[in-house]
Amino acid sequence: MAYSASFNPSGGGAIAGLGMTAMTRDYTKSASGLAAEAIRLAIEDAGLTKDDVDGLLINAGVTQGVSLGLQPTLGFRNLKLVNHMNAAGSTAGQMVQFASLAVQAGLATTVACVFADAPLRPGVSAGAAYGGAANRPRGMASLAPAYGFFGAANTMYALAARRHMALYGTTQDQLGAVAVSTRAWATMNPAAMQREPMTLEDYHNSRWIVEPFHLFDCTLVTNGAIAVIVTSAERARDLKQPPVYVIGMGQGHPGNPRRAGYENEVNTGAITARDTAFGMAGVGVGDVDVRELYDCYTYTTMVTLEDYGFCRKGEGGAFVADGRLGPGGSHPTNTGGGQLSGYYMWGMTPVSEAVIQTRGQGGERQVPQHDVVLVSTQGGILDHHATLILSPDPAAGTAKGSR
Amino acid sequence: MTTEAQRPVPAPDDESAPFFDGAARGVLMLQRCRDCSAFHWPVCEVCTECLRDDLEWVEASGRGTVHTFGVMHRVYHPALAKDVPYNLAVVELDEGPRVSAAMVGVSNEKIRVGMPVQVAFEEMAPGVFAPKFKPR
Ligand SMILES: [Zn+2]
Repeated sequence: MAYSASFNPSGGGAIAGLGMTAMTRDYTKSASGLAAEAIRLAIEDAGLTKDDVDGLLINAGVTQGVSLGLQPTLGFRNLKLVNHMNAAGSTAGQMVQFASLAVQAGLATTVACVFADAPLRPGVSAGAAYGGAANRPRGMASLAPAYGFFGAANTMYALAARRHMALYGTTQDQLGAVAVSTRAWATMNPAAMQREPMTLEDYHNSRWIVEPFHLFDCTLVTNGAIAVIVTSAERARDLKQPPVYVIGMGQGHPGNPRRAGYENEVNTGAITARDTAFGMAGVGVGDVDVRELYDCYTYTTMVTLEDYGFCRKGEGGAFVADGRLGPGGSHPTNTGGGQLSGYYMWGMTPVSEAVIQTRGQGGERQVPQHDVVLVSTQGGILDHHATLILSPDPAAGTAKGSR
Repeated sequence: MTTEAQRPVPAPDDESAPFFDGAARGVLMLQRCRDCSAFHWPVCEVCTECLRDDLEWVEASGRGTVHTFGVMHRVYHPALAKDVPYNLAVVELDEGPRVSAAMVGVSNEKIRVGMPVQVAFEEMAPGVFAPKFKPR
């Protein structure tokens, strides 16, 4: 494994609190108001008070509704650590990483990490919020809208999926299988926005957005906020909730090389991030019990599974097709309904469900074996990747034996 | 009375003038690094391959292959409502860069990854031409 530093995972960070607002298509309040609610809920969940918080990491969504100004807005005074972080959809994983390192190094003791966004307002559709039709660029950038390249992420991920289909024979049914298994989990999650059961036929009947993506290949734009409280492993043991230890972390950023010789549409930063994260944790891919993967699109789940090594490159389609990702399957994945059927809180979607599963608080959807929980957060068009490996056991790596 | 939505059209600026001037002459222009000979798309300030900044505009072959493509059904811009479903393609030029554009002269159903293509310029606003690609 590539990882060789002296970091001691069991002496590192832990997630001690989780706060989630309602996940909704309705506009209830501003992104700052949502952030305040999520942070308050996370502090209460941990059994702490506002004054215990000495660090704040902020991640804004597409509307950039929160920024450094969130600190004075929420009345946090005399903090030891603050940043407004941006590595697109990978930021949530990165916030937990930097917070864990900060508490381990003694920069702060109790760091609130928050994502908040309210893109849906009266008169503003999901397509308008994320589609980019209001922009009027000049120069070379003016070409894309002239060709009709709108719906930025939908379009670019659809084109990436097409490349995978052409190279490896991946089928529409296989993309659909991801949508169906993810929805099956969502039916058991009260926080999920889409809880009606879905069949493969329903998937095929959902309207085209941009081929090869149907509506059910795409995430659900959501208003809401999620916060977690990161503290030291030692302190987390004395708090209210079962500690969620951060036993491994890593990042990978392929750098958007859109030129001959690179297959950036079918390879993600997980290829690099996984070696650092698994090496640090002292576990192998075969030890992972639960996968919470950034699933802005069905294709993202499939390509991410390949890049972590759950199957070989190009075999993701066949791997997901038998329903093994769903409830009762051999590879439980996106157990809260993910972003496809649950809620789109960027990287906080996989982080939040991973905290719930690691604690064993998933209720009807709890995966019985949850010693090693993998979290992937993904940004840009497969450009940025941050991995977390979480466990209820700080010595999970030792227990599994280093491989 | 409602005003019809205006179609998005290319808007050349100083930086991109050599590209759009070439397009008007029916020539695909690309930047090339004088140091390492890498070709670039779109306009860049520094060479991504060697970090030097001595770039020149040269005529490209206009040939490439379809790297990937999609077919847009959703209407994100009201002026494109009558165009859906329309195709979007990424073409890998023989010189190396990948260009986001569209295909002409072929039905959406017949577009294939790996299809050899040749540039075909289209006048998208009076005097403003942009490259699309057709099968060759
Ligand atoms: Zn160069």
